[in-house]
Amino acid sequence: MDAKQYEDLQQSLSPKPSILKNCLKAFFVGGIICTIGQLITFFYIANFNFTEKTAGNPTVATMIFISMLLTGFGLYKKIGQFGGAGSAVPVTGFGNAVISAAIEHKTEGFVLGVGGNIFKLAGSVIVFGVVSAFVVALVKLILVTMGVTNW
Amino acid sequence: MDQGVLYFPSKPAIIASGVVAGPVEKQSVFAADFDMLYDDERADEDTNEKGHQQMAEQACQIALQKAKIKKQDVDFLMSGDLVNQMTPSNFVAATLGAPYIGLFSACATAVSGVIIASLLTELGGSRYALAGAASQHNSIERQFRYPVEYGGQKPGTAQWTVTAAGYVLIAKGQMNSPAIEAATIGKVIDLQQTDPFHMGAAMAPAACDTITRHLKGRGQKLKDYDLVMTGDLGKVGLSILKEMLIKEGMSKQDVMKIRDGGAEYYGDDEAFLAGASGAGCSASVFFSYILKQLHDKKIERVLAVATGALLSPLTVQQNESIPCTAHAIEISMK
Repeated sequence: MDAKQYEDLQQSLSPKPSILKNCLKAFFVGGIICTIGQLITFFYIANFNFTEKTAGNPTVATMIFISMLLTGFGLYKKIGQFGGAGSAVPVTGFGNAVISAAIEHKTEGFVLGVGGNIFKLAGSVIVFGVVSAFVVALVKLILVTMGVTNW
Repeated sequence: MDQGVLYFPSKPAIIASGVVAGPVEKQSVFAADFDMLYDDERADEDTNEKGHQQMAEQACQIALQKAKIKKQDVDFLMSGDLVNQMTPSNFVAATLGAPYIGLFSACATAVSGVIIASLLTELGGSRYALAGAASQHNSIERQFRYPVEYGGQKPGTAQWTVTAAGYVLIAKGQMNSPAIEAATIGKVIDLQQTDPFHMGAAMAPAACDTITRHLKGRGQKLKDYDLVMTGDLGKVGLSILKEMLIKEGMSKQDVMKIRDGGAEYYGDDEAFLAGASGAGCSASVFFSYILKQLHDKKIERVLAVATGALLSPLTVQQNESIPCTAHAIEISMK
């Protein structure tokens, strides 16, 4: 049996992930996380001196704090297995990636373990986030300089 | 004699075994046959790796106690695990103080150890040889995949690395002990599977090759065995293996009786997806459940086929395929 024939046999016997079911689960889990975030935003606007624009930062910090607790108590991985992209894409997923790596490497010490590995998974998000922000800003700068648009 | 098939005329015996597992494994269908179950994943040690070592040492201890043998009397230790450079096994060897070779065949390591221990016994070079393997969920997951608490979604074909250690003590052939009659050393088979979350598909061809070679070399058929059990193909891998063996021309009725330790390990609990895997999976099932069945005379002849995926996180990231192997031992009890 060659590799091609085997791939066909293997494919025919392996269960396929149900895309529709996974999409729906991701939609609801992601939606619930974002609704909680929105409620927290409203809370900050109503009770503190925040506007719709400035409430974003404390909201993100609060969501990451909740994500940290859920990760530490071993619940976020269960939400992740159920929700897939729904719990990976929001900022709580980013928090989970950072915190899980920190917990994991605590046994290797704070400098080489936690410090050296905390961005093991989330590092590429930061790298490509910064690079794409730079490119977008550059495009905007060119457009503004040409007089097409303004800041 | 066919390539890789070994026959042991003196029938080295498995005189004792020690199987230790972690807290999650309490729900295993095989748990009743394990010698000891820890309440703590790290066996109350500071690190996962130390817990891993502690568990393997405990399994060796239990095997020695059952046989009433002191550790000074162990002539050889054949051990391995999945941690980089097999450090837990190296530390076990340091504690035990026996001459040691670290072995790596991924999840097939326990059986490769038994084969070498049997050869040493057959040659008359060993009175007592310990062989086995272990795996600890947290330390293996962190090395091969993501941090344990990372919330990534795994597909239904993925498997759960067990926390378990299994070791056996092999001595010269004697009455009332299961005997190693023959063995087949696995070839490395690579059918270009690349998904590390579908090891069953990667390993099934290796199991198929080893089973076919063993039966041909020994002039046997599947029905000559009361039990043919693979190590950790998982639910999906087992169904692929069965299909392959049927295509090889084996009787469908016999093929359907083949069982897999990984597929049965956690019963039908869906949290474990396609079932169990890890070096401790085949070691803990083969050295507890199978040996007990033989001692209880429920079965007389077993073909235990441990499968191993020889990948590393590096080869996966470099888009290499997953080469796999399978080692088999034929155990009988008269």
